[in-house]
Amino acid sequence: MKAYDAIVIGSSAGGMYALKNLIQGLKPGFRIPLIIVQHLSPHSDNYLAHFLDQLGILRVKEADERESIKPGHAYIAPPNFHLLIENDHTFSLTVEEKVNYARPSIDVLFETAAGVFRDRLIGIILTGANHDGANGIKSIRSFGGFTIAQNPATAESDIMPKAAIATGKIDKIWDINEISGFLNSLSNT
Amino acid sequence: MNTSENQDIDDSILQLELELLLEALVRQYGYDFRNYNKAHVKRRLLYRMQQLGLKSLSELQHHILHQSSTLAMILKDLSINVTEMYRDPSFYLSLRKEVIPLLRTYPYLRIWHAGCATGEEVYSFAILLKEEGLYDRSQIYATDFNTEVLDTAKKGIYPVSKIKEYTFNYQAAGGKNSFSDYYTARYDAARFDPELRKNIVFASHNLVTDSVFAETHLIICRNVLIYFDRSLQNKVLNLFNDSLIMGGFLGLGSKENIMFSTVQDQFLILNPNEKLFRKKIMK
Repeated sequence: MKAYDAIVIGSSAGGMYALKNLIQGLKPGFRIPLIIVQHLSPHSDNYLAHFLDQLGILRVKEADERESIKPGHAYIAPPNFHLLIENDHTFSLTVEEKVNYARPSIDVLFETAAGVFRDRLIGIILTGANHDGANGIKSIRSFGGFTIAQNPATAESDIMPKAAIATGKIDKIWDINEISGFLNSLSNT
Repeated sequence: MNTSENQDIDDSILQLELELLLEALVRQYGYDFRNYNKAHVKRRLLYRMQQLGLKSLSELQHHILHQSSTLAMILKDLSINVTEMYRDPSFYLSLRKEVIPLLRTYPYLRIWHAGCATGEEVYSFAILLKEEGLYDRSQIYATDFNTEVLDTAKKGIYPVSKIKEYTFNYQAAGGKNSFSDYYTARYDAARFDPELRKNIVFASHNLVTDSVFAETHLIICRNVLIYFDRSLQNKVLNLFNDSLIMGGFLGLGSKENIMFSTVQDQFLILNPNEKLFRKKIMK
């Protein structure tokens, strides 16, 4: 089975419960780091990281600048910052312009992660009501990574997964439990 | 699509072109971005390359060296020019409650906004000083390396479309009056009271290459250090340390810290959440 170094996930409207279900479906001790952009209000606190951390499956935290990406962790982009991946597998944060009306933007994370993790990266687009992430999916595939969209029929908001699928660069369209099952089959716990 | 091997070659060429371009910028123009975080710089340069219809960073470098208009664009791309009034209102609330009472004890105040970009946070703090009765004994230095954004800052004119958000921020930051007291709206522009500018000096200063220019009581530098690698962060934090009086204050962005830096022992933590620090008084 092919090995993956990281999984990037983009979610927006309805994302909190989609993320909860996805993480709850993972086996305890899941190793591959998850890096998540969930669109949030710029004034929100770190509630999402706390909420997902309490599930007890992964250590979930907000990504800090210059922090190293570690196995068994899930990282959430802080509200009002873009999250980028550096070549040495650390995080950078920026406050540059919004991309697709969003900061953090899924495209910014996906595009920088694609160049770093190349064909050892999985990109997942979950529920959402905008088009952020579609360009990022194209980048991931151009570097040979693997791409997944949540099944629009079972997504709370189908616009974002549909936009990702419309790029023609999505490898699998799955329900959340199928995504978790696939990820479990990859992670050497 | 490229094979993986071709992609390795492409990647190493891209890396080389990136380094050469940054070298060209510092050697020809003195702008040093070599210790900026690479993911950001690379992303911005590739974006500009595509916008100009160029095929490689080498081509972009050629344009930068031979056309001043391209240089101006690149400086804008690489400078940090996204800001807002009272960005993170809780930071300003904390300045008002925890720092102002201590600043009040000085007969004269020097304040440095480092990396002020288009100046929104400078006017925010000027208003705060006015409301606290400290403005008239303050000298504010607002600096940035990019003279184009400084020109915007000097004008103090911002889009009216932002005012609703700024008013919300102002109130959340503990504003004492009506925010509309401080600007006149005309068509789609809000012009801030020129009186606010009376004690502000806008000046070009590059944190990467320039040195100490004043002894200050408070330095505000928010969301600039996140763009720098550790060595450059340390260099700039040392510059701040050297520019502060003993007992002076330093306010950073919400995701920035002096922990793990080489000046860590020189400062006390005043408010860990708002990233407010105070330089220790050493006897």
